[in-house]
Amino acid sequence: MSEYQQLAKQGLWSNNPALVQLLGLCPLLAVTSTVTNALGLGLATLAVLMGSNLIVSLVRQWVPDEIRIPVFVMVIAALVTVIQLLMNAYVYGLYQALGIFIPLIVTNCAIIGRAEAYASKNPWQTSLFDGFAMGLGFTCVLVLLGAIREILGNGTLFAGAELLLGPWAASLKIELFQIDYPLLLAILPPGAFITMGFIIAAKNVIDKRQKMHAEQPQKSVERARVTAQ
Amino acid sequence: MSFFIASSPHEHNRRQTSDVMRWVLLAAIPGVLVQLFFFGWGVLFQLLLAIVTAWATEAIALQTRNRPALASLKDNSALVTAVLLAISIPPLAPWWVIVIGVAFAIIVAKQVYGGLGQNIFNPAMVGYVLLLVSFPVQMTSWLPPATLSDNDLSLWQTLHVIVFEYTPSGFSVEQLRTGIDGVTMATPLDTVKTGLTQGYTLSELTAKSVFQGIAGVGWQWVNVAYLVGGLVLLQQRIISWHIPLGVIVGVAAPALIAHSISPDQMLGPVTHVLSGATMLGAFFIATDPVSAATSNKGRWIFGLLIGLLVWLIRSFGGYPDGMAFAVLLANLCVPIIDRYTRPTVYGHGGSA
Repeated sequence: MSEYQQLAKQGLWSNNPALVQLLGLCPLLAVTSTVTNALGLGLATLAVLMGSNLIVSLVRQWVPDEIRIPVFVMVIAALVTVIQLLMNAYVYGLYQALGIFIPLIVTNCAIIGRAEAYASKNPWQTSLFDGFAMGLGFTCVLVLLGAIREILGNGTLFAGAELLLGPWAASLKIELFQIDYPLLLAILPPGAFITMGFIIAAKNVIDKRQKMHAEQPQKSVERARVTAQ
Repeated sequence: MSFFIASSPHEHNRRQTSDVMRWVLLAAIPGVLVQLFFFGWGVLFQLLLAIVTAWATEAIALQTRNRPALASLKDNSALVTAVLLAISIPPLAPWWVIVIGVAFAIIVAKQVYGGLGQNIFNPAMVGYVLLLVSFPVQMTSWLPPATLSDNDLSLWQTLHVIVFEYTPSGFSVEQLRTGIDGVTMATPLDTVKTGLTQGYTLSELTAKSVFQGIAGVGWQWVNVAYLVGGLVLLQQRIISWHIPLGVIVGVAAPALIAHSISPDQMLGPVTHVLSGATMLGAFFIATDPVSAATSNKGRWIFGLLIGLLVWLIRSFGGYPDGMAFAVLLANLCVPIIDRYTRPTVYGHGGSA
């Protein structure tokens, strides 16, 4: 496996920031009540993560070890401010829907975690890709969580997509079923925790199955050797 | 020849889980009958739906976990969860309410934690809170007791309401709740809660028809019936007296103090103890052996905590009754209560 394949697998699955590292849970749980919000915050985090990984990796030679964390925080905060102003300018509806959680991307531990654990020790090409893979993994979990909660709580998918993608996206909204009484819990924060628990459990089950499949051939080889003796 | 050597404590208690659970169910019968009398056939349908759902979800969950389904179903614990939830919700709630509640209670609150004996929260109350938070309208639509209501629903009409949310003649639950004077009748506690926020005084509110008697028509007898059932459980030594007494004292003591300070704003202790879910909670819900505290001292604290929380939620919270929230919050404190109330082993520690 090449370095890039390794990074992609780590970010999307085996070391996923949301499912395995459990980092950045605050925005993850707070804004995933719809797919649109989840996607918006996911993309914003992805952009910040790529930018911060790139810059941290480029300046890593000149940053003294003792003050590296404040420097990382400054870099991330500057990038988040840029993203916040951009969202304010171009996707104002979504900017209002996400509210405080856009500036709070600064405190997302997944970002500073990657800066510290990867970007500060590796060249800029792989750091940029690592930021992309981690951000994509985070975004995927956000969207999945948002989809499950939106279906359970509203019976819709992509409601309010026009806030993110412009007026044409209003037609993206899918009304799966009409509920007179939505399952409010799915929209409320406890629903996010419970759904998140189920997603993590599902990931663990898949990992366990794969492990069992991987172990099976070894066993049969062993048995063949025993009978041959 | 071999001797059977058992280590202490030499306790002769041959009760199986299924016996304990069966006693709990039997002791609930008087309360259920009184509820049936005051709130109509709906109670019966909710019970049936709850039991079927509980068995089905428990069997499916056990099957998925590769555990023997039949042996676990026979311990009656799912049945108790189902019955407790069914008698806690409004009898005319639509059928999917109880199905969602019981399924959530069994799967998420019980089986996900590892089945009977592993759950940290009382499953029935987890289901109840899920329903109360998700479907506030359905979960607060209690009919006025039958003796106050002018429309008696037959068996068929009740079934029709639960399945289609309307009677055959087209009345919704909301219309059925409306009394002859066009005012929606609520439970006694609900009447007090909304009345006080509208600026009425307690003496004006308790003059209303729902408050005839000591603590509200119907509700006081429901509570008395659960008290009788609870006393049977005590006599059979299924539960110890610490938790129920703790809950009752926990509700009554602050109520007495508050009532004597502000008699026109705070309900008195008798009303508190005999209305809402106090008795059902004290004897049947808080005493769940799995999620309650284990030592006697711990049980006292656990019961008092529940009682105090119930009183606080009823008096200052957003909901008219708070048994479910109180039990869950106290469940959360059980590990720490158990840690600090561990009995001293004979010969170790102590003051001597």
